[in-house]
Amino acid sequence: MNKRWKVFQHSSDYRFTPYIMAGDPCEEATIELSLALEECGAHALELGVPYSDPLADGPVIQRAGMRGLAQNMNLEKTVKLVAKLRERGLKIPVIIFTYYNLLLQLGENRFLKLAENSGVDGVLVPDLPYEESGYLQEMCSEHNLALISLVSPTTREEKLAKLSREAEGFLYCISSLGVTGVRSEFRAGLDDFLKAAKRNSRVPVLVGFGLSTREQIQQFDGSSDGFIVGSAIVKKIEELESDLLTNREEAIKTFKSYIESLLPVYSR
Amino acid sequence: MTTATVPDHRGRYGVFGGKYVPETIMFALEELETAFDEAIQDKEFNELFQKELAIYSGRPTPLTRADRLSEYNGGASIYLKREDLNHTGAHKINNAIGQALLAVRMGKKKIIAETGAGQHGVAAATVAAKYGLSCKVYMGKEDIRRQALNVFRMKLLGAEVIEVTSGSQTLKDATNEAIREWVAAVEDTFYLIGSAVGPYPYPKMVKQFQQVIGHETESQFKEIHYEKLPDAVVACVGGGSNAIGMFAPFIEKEVPLYGIEAAGMGVETAQHAATLSKGSNGVIHGSLTKLLQTSEGQITEPYSISAGLDYPGIGPEHAYLHETKRVTYEAVTDEEALQALKLLCENEGILCALESAHAVAYSLKLAKKMRKDQHVVVCLSGRGDKDVHTLMEFEEGGE
Ligand SMILES: Cc1ncc(COP(=O)(O)O)c(C=O)c1O
Repeated sequence: MNKRWKVFQHSSDYRFTPYIMAGDPCEEATIELSLALEECGAHALELGVPYSDPLADGPVIQRAGMRGLAQNMNLEKTVKLVAKLRERGLKIPVIIFTYYNLLLQLGENRFLKLAENSGVDGVLVPDLPYEESGYLQEMCSEHNLALISLVSPTTREEKLAKLSREAEGFLYCISSLGVTGVRSEFRAGLDDFLKAAKRNSRVPVLVGFGLSTREQIQQFDGSSDGFIVGSAIVKKIEELESDLLTNREEAIKTFKSYIESLLPVYSR
Repeated sequence: MTTATVPDHRGRYGVFGGKYVPETIMFALEELETAFDEAIQDKEFNELFQKELAIYSGRPTPLTRADRLSEYNGGASIYLKREDLNHTGAHKINNAIGQALLAVRMGKKKIIAETGAGQHGVAAATVAAKYGLSCKVYMGKEDIRRQALNVFRMKLLGAEVIEVTSGSQTLKDATNEAIREWVAAVEDTFYLIGSAVGPYPYPKMVKQFQQVIGHETESQFKEIHYEKLPDAVVACVGGGSNAIGMFAPFIEKEVPLYGIEAAGMGVETAQHAATLSKGSNGVIHGSLTKLLQTSEGQITEPYSISAGLDYPGIGPEHAYLHETKRVTYEAVTDEEALQALKLLCENEGILCALESAHAVAYSLKLAKKMRKDQHVVVCLSGRGDKDVHTLMEFEEGGE
């Protein structure tokens, strides 16, 4: 376990893990948005990779992916972007969120070597369920990377226990069925699911998918160790697109005050 | 032959296949696999399926000797397996009936489906009407425009057609969207997939429900030819469902098999759908298979005049049969398919689907090189009424 993960795991905060798309709306904006998120108190960062067929994502992140693709962003460049983030002083763990086909085409080994050397801490592959992840899991361990496990309210009890026990980095609990995207309501029985996950997990248990307001985030403090916000932040970035390209300083300021309005007061 | 052991218990055909899907639907795939395995062991289920194929779809479909076409072409004689005579006009209904009966057996009341040309959408809407299920069909915006007639048919049948505006707005995106909807509604919804693609157990299940094509062909051919087998069997390949159903009983026998992909404007151009000839290994719609993509792994848009072959992936079992060389895969251009369609029309009085015309075109080439006492069987997967508009546009624009 590397130093960055240790800091993340030993934190007593209600951990904030934002998701943004690499190259949305351009590479330099991604760098500055990441640094801004850390300044606002992010405990870790998920960096998405643009993909033509993002089966687990809703419209907001699909559009972000299209913007990233238009910038010719790809998996290799995303990993190299993390090296640049480290040079610019980013200290929190960074998780690459990529679909499996992109990994396959770059080559799993090539990706892992590059990721390890670029200061990446973890990998999350939304279309690679546990049953298909054996090889990547082994290779990740060799390269000191955490393969982040996703569990869902539909995950069977024994599987949930097993995945919780074996989780590395953090355990990603999906708040609701369906793809990524902002939601107004969550599933009944979610607390029981989170409790079951926490019972077995050695690492922080984070809840994600659909969170977009301070109230929603606060709702899971107590039943989880942290939260992931994706679509809501990506939507803000979409709104700020033209300023992020031409008037970046101003845009970053607006972005930060948005993030502050989102976070529970005590978590900053 | 080595094919008897696939798929393995993990749903693999060699390296191909598997389940590359979000964790949320993994339980549903397990549930489906269990229900499917139980159903096909159940005599009652099988009898019901056979009965529905007979009294609802009109099976068995005939095996027709194409006398004048064979005479005109020269060489081996050509036989047509008449899937075009099924209810709704294509082989797609075989699979739709099978999966709908399974959905009913599992107590699911809602089905969702993806469609490109609208043929599978129509088949899904049809069985939904017949078995009293609600039905949502996902269709790309571009395809809705191109296939207005089938959209109207689906609506007549009581289905809801959902316009997909993501990505390139065609079949690949409609399939993504259907899977997204399935992830959201997985607890009470049955995903009725339209070809031998998708995560395991779909490829196995679709083959099971389509193999009636091959089994009928085998016994019909044997009846005419005193227990002999055909000298070649040919089928078109989009996702691969009519082909895998036709090939099923012959894979373990010494019969040369040919799967025909769409070469569009030519495999040397960028405008084709020749997945096996030009694709590389990757993951699409939950399965590891061959697909058309960039070197970085972005899936590219295929092209064919025939909407049903216009798909950037292919069923994992075909990728395996290609790799093991058990089946020969060839590609046929738009131009060749159109010519074959006309020849079949003029010599046999049969207007086949543009998809099927690809198989006919290759059969003509193949038969020419064979002896007069040999026999080629072609799967005529569907009828061409749906394509009349495209044909008219082509005639007006092209000549
Ligand atoms: C008549 C007909 N044949 C063939 C196909 C291709 O599908 P598959 O390869 O699954 O048989 C289609 C698909 O729409 C079709 O409508």
